[in-house]
Amino acid sequence: MNRKTKQKIAFTAFRILGLWVVAVLFWILGFIVYNGIGVINWEFLTTAPTDGMTAGGILPAIVGTLYLVAGSMLFAVPFGVMSAIYMNEYAGKGWFVKFIRVMTNNLSGIPSIVLGLFGMALFVNTLGFGDSILAGSLTLGLLILPLIIRTTEEALKAIPDTYRTGSYALGAGKLQTILRIILPMAFPNIITGLILSIGRVSGETAPILFTVAAYFLPKLPTSIFDQVMALPYHLYVIATSGTDIEASRPIAYGTALVLIVIVLLMNMLATLLRRYLGGKVKANT
Amino acid sequence: MIETKNIDFYYGNFHALKNISMRMEKNTVTAFIGPSGCGKSTFLRLFNRMNDLIDGTRFTGECAIAGRDIYHKSFPVDELRKKVGMVFQKPNPFPKSIFENVAYGLRVNSMGDKSFIVAKVEASLKAAALWEEVKDKLKKSAFELSGGQQQRLCIARALAVSPSILLMDEPASALDPISTSKIEELIYSLKEKYTIIIVTHNMQQAKRVSDKTGFFMLGELVEYNDTKKMFLSPEKEQTQNYITGRFG
Repeated sequence: MNRKTKQKIAFTAFRILGLWVVAVLFWILGFIVYNGIGVINWEFLTTAPTDGMTAGGILPAIVGTLYLVAGSMLFAVPFGVMSAIYMNEYAGKGWFVKFIRVMTNNLSGIPSIVLGLFGMALFVNTLGFGDSILAGSLTLGLLILPLIIRTTEEALKAIPDTYRTGSYALGAGKLQTILRIILPMAFPNIITGLILSIGRVSGETAPILFTVAAYFLPKLPTSIFDQVMALPYHLYVIATSGTDIEASRPIAYGTALVLIVIVLLMNMLATLLRRYLGGKVKANT
Repeated sequence: MIETKNIDFYYGNFHALKNISMRMEKNTVTAFIGPSGCGKSTFLRLFNRMNDLIDGTRFTGECAIAGRDIYHKSFPVDELRKKVGMVFQKPNPFPKSIFENVAYGLRVNSMGDKSFIVAKVEASLKAAALWEEVKDKLKKSAFELSGGQQQRLCIARALAVSPSILLMDEPASALDPISTSKIEELIYSLKEKYTIIIVTHNMQQAKRVSDKTGFFMLGELVEYNDTKKMFLSPEKEQTQNYITGRFG
């Protein structure tokens, strides 16, 4: 076999593998859309479940998931970004920062169900938040903290030192340099971390299982100490332990579809934001 | 007005500058020349304490500007860096508008109100011979400028905080010949108001813009003399060899 043929075979093989991934994605999406689109209507999106969750809508679960996404971001973004700034801009290169980095990676390796149990022990019981949006958000926040720290750190690392020295050379201090030059430049890449986190948070079931998620709660929360329903848990419930699993099957697909669309919408929003900001601060060429 | 005595500088164990004593007068242009790694840029960065930012560096000796020890505790480093501006090898404008680039130093040092900043930005851009080219697009991103314009913007940015000294680390090495000659003209006109030190690899450039030239090699100041004299009849053989291009 000559070289050209070999090249061709390799190229074809890689292309098939690449297309295979896309095909699987479209298969899943198509499957869910096909099975779930039938139940989607205005009522499904704006009312609570009825008749033992075999009819009605999923509004409380949608609202619950949105609250949990917002809550976990509110906690994890400032913490994560500030930790990353500390590690990349202040801590230097000593053993301490290496230690923090290793620990951060370890944190991301903890199975989410273990994190859920930890959240229950700490936030629900010890701190007395009860099953609540607060406890669930904090637990989900812990889940995505390593992701946010790592992407932010990478974003900061990617900024050439010439911008820092340029700023210092004008008499600017470290904090001024970070706030006025470094963070705005790193922002588009930090957003990438947020996009990934949003997807993670909206889909996770284990961390919210013992900390916030309600089996059936048709009313909307009024405070951060309320329990909520959430889309992934609701999906799990009606698919495995509902009152009438066969009857609620279409609702399960509908719920899955809504969950996917919400994640896609949030990703698109974040991508647009990233593009808008990226256009403003794109690196010098 | 800039004076160093017996400077020895180390990167870790590497002895980068050896016993350098030098004096540079007010409103003159001094060029530092020498092969790569000879210590000329390290020496330059001593005057605005940029070496402080590099881990594992230390030095002994004295370094004074206008009679004041710039490494003394009572000399705040941000004050020093306002007095001693710096232009880097590669143009490094901030990802901000042209106006905001020049205004940056004024803002971070809280120098003056809005109208003062507007006036100062215009004056600095004029002093850097860039005003005519950018006056209609001050709000545009600095990245839209050409490399040569960006470098003059960086000079304007440095001038805005009213320094008395300007350090230039190979300011034209990344630029085309036309942009380079604009920078050189600019250096010539800035001499009236500023004391300038320029590090350059370009012998002709040193010859064209500077009053005095220091030739560095392997961390030593081999020769320091009037530029004319240095290029016409250098005292040391090493200098002769370097400026005639026999090595380096």
